Amino acid sequence: MEKLTTVTGVAVPLRRSNVDTDQIIPAVFLKRVTKTGFEDALFHGWRQDPEFVLNDPAYAGARVLIAGPDFGTGSSREHAVWALRDYGFAVVISSRFGDIFRGNSGKQGLLAAQVAYEDIERLWDVVDADPGIAVTVDLVARTVSAGSLTVAFDIDDYTRWRLLEGLDDIGLTLRDADAIAEFETHREAWRPKTLPVRRQQ
Amino acid sequence: MNAADPANDAVPANSTIPASTATPDPAATARPRTLAEKVWDAHLVKKGEDGTPDLIYIDLHLVHEVTSPQAFDGLRLAGRPVRRPDLTIATEDHNTPTLDIDKPIADLTSRTQIETLRRNAAEFGIRLHSLGDAEQGIVHVVGPQLGLTMPGITVVCGDSHTSTHGAFGAMAFGIGTSEVEHVLATQTLPLKPFKTMAINVEGSLRPGVTAKDIILAVIAKIGTGGGQGYVLEYRGSAIRALSMDGRMTICNMSIEAGARAGMVAPDETTFAYLKGRPHAPEGADWDEAVAYWQTLATDEGATFDAEVFIDADELEPFVTWGTNPGQGVSLSDNVPDPASIADQHERAAAERALDYMDLQPGTPLKAIPVDAVFMGSCTNSRIEDLRAFASIVQGRRKADGVRVMVVPGSARVRLEAEAEGLDKVFEEFGAEWRFAGCSMCLGMNPDQLAPGERCASTSNRNFEGRQGKGGRTHLVSPLVAAATAIRGTLSSPWDLEQDPARESVGATTEGN
Repeated sequence: MEKLTTVTGVAVPLRRSNVDTDQIIPAVFLKRVTKTGFEDALFHGWRQDPEFVLNDPAYAGARVLIAGPDFGTGSSREHAVWALRDYGFAVVISSRFGDIFRGNSGKQGLLAAQVAYEDIERLWDVVDADPGIAVTVDLVARTVSAGSLTVAFDIDDYTRWRLLEGLDDIGLTLRDADAIAEFETHREAWRPKTLPVRRQQ
Repeated sequence: MNAADPANDAVPANSTIPASTATPDPAATARPRTLAEKVWDAHLVKKGEDGTPDLIYIDLHLVHEVTSPQAFDGLRLAGRPVRRPDLTIATEDHNTPTLDIDKPIADLTSRTQIETLRRNAAEFGIRLHSLGDAEQGIVHVVGPQLGLTMPGITVVCGDSHTSTHGAFGAMAFGIGTSEVEHVLATQTLPLKPFKTMAINVEGSLRPGVTAKDIILAVIAKIGTGGGQGYVLEYRGSAIRALSMDGRMTICNMSIEAGARAGMVAPDETTFAYLKGRPHAPEGADWDEAVAYWQTLATDEGATFDAEVFIDADELEPFVTWGTNPGQGVSLSDNVPDPASIADQHERAAAERALDYMDLQPGTPLKAIPVDAVFMGSCTNSRIEDLRAFASIVQGRRKADGVRVMVVPGSARVRLEAEAEGLDKVFEEFGAEWRFAGCSMCLGMNPDQLAPGERCASTSNRNFEGRQGKGGRTHLVSPLVAAATAIRGTLSSPWDLEQDPARESVGATTEGN
């Protein structure tokens, strides 16, 4: 995972709430076995509408998505994060995220920045007034700046640290391999085991 | 949740009671604890410090074809093995066809994905139940039916409906593909403790009202974001009275309220379901397990971070009218008027939803005709669900022009249903009796709605395009699905003509 400190780029105002992961990427695209190349699938249903905000040339090359509350609810598909990332987004801003989506973002280097809803509206207004304006997201200072407006965002300290350092989660956990092995020595016999296979009588 | 977030208005102020703010300390075992805290504490490999997460051990990892290929790729790239193949099991469900399962899968990308899982399972030594195997089926039906899902364990799967397994008193939640890879490599996950919310459902359900109606009412009450950050514990006399299949239906849709996990304390119903299943403990292990499981219920005096109360006596058959699962009402109501919704986001979402659903405010829900009825999904495809559906449709014919599809949750459920003659009941009714899989719940296989088609579905999500591009979904219980298939419009079993020979209908479905 690459280190992430600041992101500057075009921001897209997505004035919708409850953007579930089925909307971010419909299930038909989940049949792929690769982890990249999902940019065409992002918001596939909505992009068929020429009026959809992502089709506005003013927002070409966008890096930041500013969405309404409850972004990324529903299915656990990490493909939603891959699609956003492959399209070019490095940051998603919302006042509230689906828990699994937020976790997936942190693992894949996509910054899910939680901003109070009144500040989301202010950001939307700035971007709408000047489509294509450069927005800067500063993970060190935990701020989003657009024009003369600067607002704060929340992210948990641990995720922030991992993003800043670009750390791989599995590598971190494997530092505790001894503790895991020790835990396994007193795992009770009744706990489930899938092997050897036992068949229905 | 952030108290300053206006979207929190989705949780009615009078339905949640802020409770203890004390930080859980697993070392202080004398402190009364909730079911969720007990299971969490028993899986602590390492307690997090200075803002780092806890490291939690995972007892059971369920795998399917859609969210695993990139995880196995990650292992290969890093040269890592699967740490515990003996705690891992895979099945094929999302992509699998429900017709002609003995032929090669026609959709090439689906076939590739399933073949990829088969290759990965062989390479990494993971048990796999493939299409055609008696234990193949929806991953959340397979785990419990094999007796692998049990109280007091942790269960994960790259699927948000993993919350289903919480019905046994397990801590079970969906994860993303990065976390799938993490569990494959380490059998653990770094996690921050969840907050706890009690969902108290007291009273008795009337005949014709089921577990599905309880959970749809819960989601309508707390909203699709109301459970975010929480594990929900379903409690109260109405929950205790439910069978395991009914409890699974409820826990299954916890994610639709935003909660990653939902739980029910284990009791005699749980133990009776488990005993004798292929992977349930035996002999002295069984006795030890039951003794431990009996200690798991939330302690007297334990506090929840929030509480919600639902009166089971007042519940009616429920249905969704919109495009998120929180947009639901009693079936006897009308399509709501967005103008009457105070919260601006809810109002805007309702306007969009009615537009997509092609519904007019004020229309009686029961006046809405459907094109299709889908009976299936990890929410409602277990044997009791099929029996409930059959109890209504037996001896009747479906409405003209309505397509009715019945998809069992697993090959084992299909065999069981056929042994009881349910397949004949469905076929005589005019329904299609299919092979097991996720099917039209999300339309990754050929089972999809056509654009504009309207479906009464026993599944879990009414999102735009979920069941097929342009398709419109109304979430309902198996009983409502059956009544709707008979009448051709959204209907409750209460709307069917009374037939003295059918007095058993309520009795056979109450426990569901």
